[in-house]
Amino acid sequence: MSGPSRPGGLSISSSPSGLSAPARRRLRSMPLYVVVWLIGVVMVTPLLYAVVSGFKTTDQLSDNAFGLPSPWVVSNYTDILASSSFWRMLGSSTLIAVGTTVLTVGAAALAAFALARFTFRGRELLFTLFTVGLMFPFAVAILPLFILLRTFGLLDNPWGVILPQAAFGLPMTLVILRGFFREIPGELEEAATLDGCSPFGFFWRVLLPMARPALGTVSVLAVVGSWNNFLLPLLVFSEPSWWTIPVGVQQFQGQYAADIARVFAYLVIAMIPALGFYAVAERQLIGGITAGATKG
Amino acid sequence: MNTTSTAVPAAQPAPAEDAPSAAENRRPLARRVRDWLTAFGFTVPALVLFGLFVLLPIGYALYVSFFNWGGFGAPSNFVGADNYVRLLGDPVFLGDLWRGLLLVLASVGLQLPFALAVAVLLNQKLRGRAFYRMLFFAPYVLSEVITGVPFSMIFAPDDGLADKVLGAIGLDGLGGLWFADQDWALPTLFLVMMWKYFGFHMMLYLAGLQGIPAELHEAARLDGAGPWHRFRHITLPLLGPTIRMSVFLSVIGAIQLFDLVWVVTQGGPDHHSETMAVTLFQFGFKRYQIGYASAISIAMFLISLVFALLYQRYVLRRDTEGALTSMRATR
Repeated sequence: MSGPSRPGGLSISSSPSGLSAPARRRLRSMPLYVVVWLIGVVMVTPLLYAVVSGFKTTDQLSDNAFGLPSPWVVSNYTDILASSSFWRMLGSSTLIAVGTTVLTVGAAALAAFALARFTFRGRELLFTLFTVGLMFPFAVAILPLFILLRTFGLLDNPWGVILPQAAFGLPMTLVILRGFFREIPGELEEAATLDGCSPFGFFWRVLLPMARPALGTVSVLAVVGSWNNFLLPLLVFSEPSWWTIPVGVQQFQGQYAADIARVFAYLVIAMIPALGFYAVAERQLIGGITAGATKG
Repeated sequence: MNTTSTAVPAAQPAPAEDAPSAAENRRPLARRVRDWLTAFGFTVPALVLFGLFVLLPIGYALYVSFFNWGGFGAPSNFVGADNYVRLLGDPVFLGDLWRGLLLVLASVGLQLPFALAVAVLLNQKLRGRAFYRMLFFAPYVLSEVITGVPFSMIFAPDDGLADKVLGAIGLDGLGGLWFADQDWALPTLFLVMMWKYFGFHMMLYLAGLQGIPAELHEAARLDGAGPWHRFRHITLPLLGPTIRMSVFLSVIGAIQLFDLVWVVTQGGPDHHSETMAVTLFQFGFKRYQIGYASAISIAMFLISLVFALLYQRYVLRRDTEGALTSMRATR
């Protein structure tokens, strides 16, 4: 494994071989290309296999696992797209993701503002309390959470998923936003205060607009976390009317266990929103993950 | 951190860098109380949410774990520490710990080095590297359920894709029952985890690699250091904080692993791929032994907490940005 090779690196002059420098470099990096390509194949195969299998009938799938479908069966896909249950799940996944994101980012931004820009007794204790939440596995609290939600009457209610998800999303969001808020110079705040800005006015009119990239990042993290959550919606929603996509996928797999091709088609369609979102928000997502890991 | 003592009493919300006590004591009490209320007011929504849905459940689990309770009505039948005693003698729970340890060792020993190697590879000027980065990270974005279901079909015994591929290249002997085999269930699960998560760690390492100044490599090259020496003595040490963080995340991830296992094997065959979270789910939501399941919750919580504290104390301490120590270190 060599370090980043600079164009026109020093190694050229020291080698007497007859090849030109770019050609030699290309030759030398050949094995690297092969390795990367092989990993790429392993990564793509399951996804591609699912897409292609969705176009087969289950009989074709067992007779001809590798080959292209003949004939191509589109009904697996079109049937799902025509079913109201799929669109309903897409709707509730979206609603829950948006609700979770607004709540997490809103509450965390307010708290991060106080924890970043005020000095008050107990501030560090409070911050530590929140950061301890970083290492609460969701699964630890799931059982008492379920009992609590039952007591509050929040079962089969989207709030029963939104509120706990927002609460568990707080620590990471708070840590990232606090780090960002602290980097905004104090002079700006003094200037705003002299102009008669209240603390909330400064937060709302100066800090939040400046923090837009950071807000984008934490929002994307919250959306992805909510979108993929399985355990909580599985427990909270006993009625299909609020099922989210992951719950739907699992139920669909159980229901059509014999019709594997249809399950594959369902999986592929279920993947599309997440992959599409990733394509659009790649920068924010990766920025958030690396910021969370280095600052958290 | 510099202590810019803003003695100007007008600067109402003092800059965060100030040590609270010094500047604070000079202000009149009424103002201090008002400031405190303002600051505290901002944290109220987060505190309510966090207290109600994170702290309260964990406190409640602790309480319930001392009862032998079926989950309906008020907790009854106080049994003291019996649930915990039972836990320590439960072969399934002890097995969970052992399997968790194996997964952690496999992650740290195989997955992370692999992710690091790929990150170093994709940090070079390769054509299409942006595409490969995006592709390798993509599985992380998919829900565990959506990942788990196709893999349970790919590793279907005897006629799944995995067996057919192995058959086609003449390695029939390697294939077999995969998730259905007691000895192979956990390794197969690990393969799926690697497929799903290595891209995440790769991204962390890539971000870390970008923070290493190219001049260092240049200088080392001038001094005649080969690729391996540069990796060993420049890349690896400077990537230290990132690596320590990614080890931490991967251990916490292994402790709470649930979705993937539940969808693919439900912990089977005969508990051979079961994790703590799955055991908890089985007792809590299938057998309604809420007291016992709560004891498992608390055990998981304590394991995470003790690990996190020790890790922060002894491993992350030198990385000043550690979450729990950051403030004390900068003051």
